[in-house]
Amino acid sequence: MPEITREEVAHMADLARIDLSDAELDHLAPQLSVILESVASISEIATDDIPPTSHPIEMTNVFRDDVVQPGLSAEQALSGAPQAEQQRFVVPRILGDEQ
Amino acid sequence: MSAKIGASAAEMAQALAAGETTSVDLTQAHLERIDAVDGGLNAFLHVAAESALADAAASDERRRAGQVSSALDGVPVAVKDVLTTQGMPTTCGSKILQGWVPPYDATVVARLKAGGLPILGKTNMDEFAMGSSTEHSAYGPTRNPWDLDRIPGGSGGGSAAAVAAFEAPLALGTDTGGSIRQPGAVTGTVGVKPTYGGISRYGLVAMANSLDQVGPVTRTVLDSALLHELIGGHDQLDSTSISESMPGLVTAAQKGALGDLTGLRIGVITELQGEGYQQGVLARFNEAVDLLVAAGAKRVEVSCPSFTHALAAYYLIMPSEASSNLARFDAMRYGLRLAPEGVADPSAEQVMRTTRDAGFGDEVKRRIILGTYALSTGYYDAFYGQAQRIRTLITRDFNAAFEQADVLVSPTSPTTAFKIGEKLDDPLSMYLQDVATIPANLAGVPGMSLPSGVADEDGLPTGLQILAPAMADDRLYFVGAALEAMLEAQWGGSLLANAPSAPTGMGGQS
Repeated sequence: MPEITREEVAHMADLARIDLSDAELDHLAPQLSVILESVASISEIATDDIPPTSHPIEMTNVFRDDVVQPGLSAEQALSGAPQAEQQRFVVPRILGDEQ
Repeated sequence: MSAKIGASAAEMAQALAAGETTSVDLTQAHLERIDAVDGGLNAFLHVAAESALADAAASDERRRAGQVSSALDGVPVAVKDVLTTQGMPTTCGSKILQGWVPPYDATVVARLKAGGLPILGKTNMDEFAMGSSTEHSAYGPTRNPWDLDRIPGGSGGGSAAAVAAFEAPLALGTDTGGSIRQPGAVTGTVGVKPTYGGISRYGLVAMANSLDQVGPVTRTVLDSALLHELIGGHDQLDSTSISESMPGLVTAAQKGALGDLTGLRIGVITELQGEGYQQGVLARFNEAVDLLVAAGAKRVEVSCPSFTHALAAYYLIMPSEASSNLARFDAMRYGLRLAPEGVADPSAEQVMRTTRDAGFGDEVKRRIILGTYALSTGYYDAFYGQAQRIRTLITRDFNAAFEQADVLVSPTSPTTAFKIGEKLDDPLSMYLQDVATIPANLAGVPGMSLPSGVADEDGLPTGLQILAPAMADDRLYFVGAALEAMLEAQWGGSLLANAPSAPTGMGGQS
């Protein structure tokens, strides 16, 4: 089982959209390696003939009657927004200059 | 005042029904208690004095009019800060949600309100319920009422400490890998993780959807049954909610308290004892099992070999689900939004990265990164896929064990409460706290922790865990109430009445 390197931790943090500082990387990378090492044993336990369980109590196709239920008003939905305007969420720019 | 708050929730409900007290008096007494002791405990992140008293007055009004809403109408309750409460902050113990006031109630909170229970406030927790000590709260650790230098367990340390310190007779917790049961064990309180799907998760800010369950945190088994019945049952807002109704839980607790366990088969799990378990924890556990046998139960030894891999499977499945769930904290629609320093006109993505770095604590980052890794290309099958297969093996172990026994028992937590700071930078050692509680979450079966005594070596509370098959939550209450009655007969009262945290007049020191 591979050990997780500092570079891999930085890459995962990037994928998870967290700006880790160098100090945080130094701190977290060795801890994550220890955790991974301890869970790595499971790769040898279960064989492919054992079906995976994603959910403890299996249920499929959960429907309710197609009737209108009360929902949040626009004002309520926006009540926690960092910034709102004209019944909409205001967000920072999503495109760069080159786009 | 002390006699009033020292009672169980069931006794408070009786006193209300008999007209011996009012909800306003009860609520006021608990608010005064919070004022007096929470400075040292930090069990509450928010105290809702004004709304609690208004709700209490409304309850008293209903009672005068003869229109009581539930068996617990007027009895105050505390709510873990991971459950949404309309008009009351919900932070999940995180800076990223500081000051967020949700526009809707969790279904369980709506049911508390419909039942007439005044909500005293929101209780402290490990950030996003990630931890076993409540030290990972962004708002400072909660302290154990038995010893303020020690942890109250986690993630629901706030709810357990509040109930143990008589700040509230009832509280709601959530349990993903033991976050109700382990705090129960180390604070001398009762906590129940119901069958997965038995209680609605709507409005529970998700850590790991396939593992999370809401449940009661109380001082007695009967109180847990009363609260469980009130908040349980089908909810169409949660697609994993079970539509069949639960067997009577209060009835089971009342029957159990009679103390006759004739014919009941108690399975002692071989893999959940021995090495790694503190001597005093094992001593109290073995004595409790002897008591159950003395009450007519038959002891059988059961082996669940896959349980030894439960912790590893859990620490892949839970972070995988958490990394996905916590993607919703993106600084766009609610919660914290921070711009990177020195960047003119930052993009949404830059704002997101800066906010998530500043808003999440270490343990949350550890788990998000671990989950992202376990789900990433090349590792998915080796990690997440394998963990899901272990999950199947654990469920099979439970099925086989429940053919030999009606309930299974183990110590809840391998140790008593450890010192604050002791395991903070040793995540693996912290994770081992949940070794006995995790299998129930992976298989979806219900579990209860109740006090089994105090360890000789440190005088701190120990807990016993009872596990039952899915949908047989009533068995937890039946066996739990029987054991509680026998132990209290030995102790000459409840464990907490003699704890240092007990209010004066209950036999405690302060």
